Amino acid sequence: MSGGVDSAVAAARAVEAGHDVVGVHLALSRMPGTLRTGSRGCCTIEDSRDAWRACDVLGIPYYVWDFSERFKEDVVQDFIDEYAAGRTPNPCMRCNERIKFAALLEKAIALGFDAVCTGHYAKVITDAEGNPELHRAADWAKDQSYVLGVLTHEQLKHSMFPLADTPSKAEVRAEAERRGLSVANKPDSHDICFIPDGDTAGWLAEKIDMTTGDIVDETGAKVGEHPGANAFTVGQRRGLKLGTPAADGKPRFVLEIRPKENKVVVGPQSLLAIDEIRGIKVSWAGLPIAEIATGAEFDCYAQVRAHGDPVLATARMVAGADSEQLLVTLTDPLRGVAPGQTIVLYQGSRVLGQATIDAARSLQRAEL
Amino acid sequence: MPVYLDHAATTPISSEALAALTRELARTGNPSSLHGSGRRARRSVEDARETIATAAGAHPSEVIFTSGGTESDNLAVKGLYWSRVSEDPARRRILCSAVEHHAVLDTVEWLERHEGAAVTWLPVDGMGVVDLEVLAAELSRDPESIALVTVMWANNEVGTVQPIRRIVELSHAAGVPVHSDAVQALGSLPVDFKASGLDAMSVSAHKIGGPVGVGALLLGRAVKLTPVQHGGGQERDVRSGTLDTASIAAFAAAAEAATERLTEESGRMAALRDKLIDGVLERVPEAVLRGAPGEGRLPGNAHFTFPGCEGDSLLFLLDLAGVESSTGSACTAGVPRPSHVLLAMGLDEETARGAQRFTLGHASTEADVDALLAALPGAYARARQAGMAGHESSIQTAGTVARQAASGRS
Repeated sequence: MSGGVDSAVAAARAVEAGHDVVGVHLALSRMPGTLRTGSRGCCTIEDSRDAWRACDVLGIPYYVWDFSERFKEDVVQDFIDEYAAGRTPNPCMRCNERIKFAALLEKAIALGFDAVCTGHYAKVITDAEGNPELHRAADWAKDQSYVLGVLTHEQLKHSMFPLADTPSKAEVRAEAERRGLSVANKPDSHDICFIPDGDTAGWLAEKIDMTTGDIVDETGAKVGEHPGANAFTVGQRRGLKLGTPAADGKPRFVLEIRPKENKVVVGPQSLLAIDEIRGIKVSWAGLPIAEIATGAEFDCYAQVRAHGDPVLATARMVAGADSEQLLVTLTDPLRGVAPGQTIVLYQGSRVLGQATIDAARSLQRAEL
Repeated sequence: MPVYLDHAATTPISSEALAALTRELARTGNPSSLHGSGRRARRSVEDARETIATAAGAHPSEVIFTSGGTESDNLAVKGLYWSRVSEDPARRRILCSAVEHHAVLDTVEWLERHEGAAVTWLPVDGMGVVDLEVLAAELSRDPESIALVTVMWANNEVGTVQPIRRIVELSHAAGVPVHSDAVQALGSLPVDFKASGLDAMSVSAHKIGGPVGVGALLLGRAVKLTPVQHGGGQERDVRSGTLDTASIAAFAAAAEAATERLTEESGRMAALRDKLIDGVLERVPEAVLRGAPGEGRLPGNAHFTFPGCEGDSLLFLLDLAGVESSTGSACTAGVPRPSHVLLAMGLDEETARGAQRFTLGHASTEADVDALLAALPGAYARARQAGMAGHESSIQTAGTVARQAASGRS
């Protein structure tokens, strides 16, 4: 329980459903701040107290579990390493993969619990044989199935998302109010929890050695200099400070980061459109569909951001250098796709699985 | 009803205290008022002052009522420090044991950060007893520069009793006043303020069967103290604020009852404690008793570390089995940290994380101990399993799937 309204209502519903519920707040830092500031950050002592208060009202025990070391290693350090390698990671997904539904789940199972219940907006549907499927929440605007797309069959078997069928967030707040939960009107949290001021570039600059280098255009010609390639993200437009204007006078965007050469490649917006994605570290959210084993092509929708629109695509598994890879061809091109991001595949509301984007190809750029 | 083995946190209110509390709460009157209602309230407070003085071996004028142990500790440590510094600005050293309760520890740290205090943390041995040689050495080094010595009477976590008489003798020989937090000692051990020679001593009502929110600082009549809170000049001008007649009367009733039963009860509790300790060590041979053995510890305290598990997990599982215990160390809403007491005793962080404290009170019975002993082996086995979890995950994750796929090919 983060101390927010979603996990409080999820806990309330689990209690009401007759489960034996214990509230657990994750301590992800050994030095929590005292008070929350606005919608940023998390894990402050105030958040912990809010979670505790919700447990008081629900009449359930409350514990703080310290996963700060694991979090530092598996999420924060991974975040830094990925940026240092020129990729754009999703730390919330790492946290779900390795902390909430792994380290925490494992401790819970050892203590005699059956499942981890969270306030995520997503749905687990279990078939007659007990195999779980992950689906989008009823409210697609709040749907968080993307950040859960990394969960495996085993993890999903021990996951409960009681907010699945809630028509809207407003409904959750109203329910919290009705249940006497004081967090009913607490603001939603945004941004990355371990970067409390929201200044990701500034935070990264303190962790990664930044060396000035060249900004080049799509032809390889130098058009400016950057203070360190690792702070840039594909699709970024602001903060490039280019000296040489583009021939067409139109704004330019970051197309690619080349950490080895310490170069940032920029170009017109049209070249940001990605047609093909190669994914590695593939996992399936439940049992894989039949085409996975055969390598046959299948239709699906692909999503590359937590709240990005899914686009029509075809995908298939191929043998890669040292593991299976996922090849996705996008029917409608997507902009701003960066290596390190996660691609999640859907069929209808069902999450099939995910992969880490290793390479994103623009057909138009390939023709240059 | 759950089995309550956390009497060091707070213990049930005694029937005598409850009767005094409800009797006085129904009455009106500020003890500082001069009319009939005020006189009646004042009579209750002064009767209570005499009772508590008798119970703690002090003169009635040495009893300063406060809101509890934490306030008494703050008042004693800050008050003594400020008063001694005002007499001699060069007198800024504080000698403080490394195993104090946070009410003293954090106060001393605050004085270090904000008021220019120079702190020496007095080390303890493996049992948690303050090293008197270090104390003597520190006292002999420019004694004029020492503002005060503060060492608790008995430790709240591991129950170790400190050699207070010797500490006072050494300190007084160097001309340095001594404060002791006796919150855990009063009602469990014979505590005699006068005989101890202490200059200031903190006590609290709710650890001896009184209500929460009231306590006292016993302060020698000649000891000068700078007040922390200012106002109407109550309590020798040392602690302003309207006196809480009902709580004070209840505190006195509890103190009287506790001291009357002390010899008999402490013997009974020590026997029960030894049964608990023997039973735990027999059923969980891996467990290690922490703190001093036998006479060296509080009669109601048993404290162990359980290897390979987190105190939190054990507490949760025992709670589930209807046995209420404590990890011993303070944790509010923040991150559970290993106990500073155990670390000072030389334990490493990993070992310190497996701490569990069981504390007995007047209401504790053999059946309570039996219930703990029945629940403990299963809870320990499970907590240990959970303690192993969280290092290397056995749950299949996307990461392990990818690694398996890669190793399957190579």
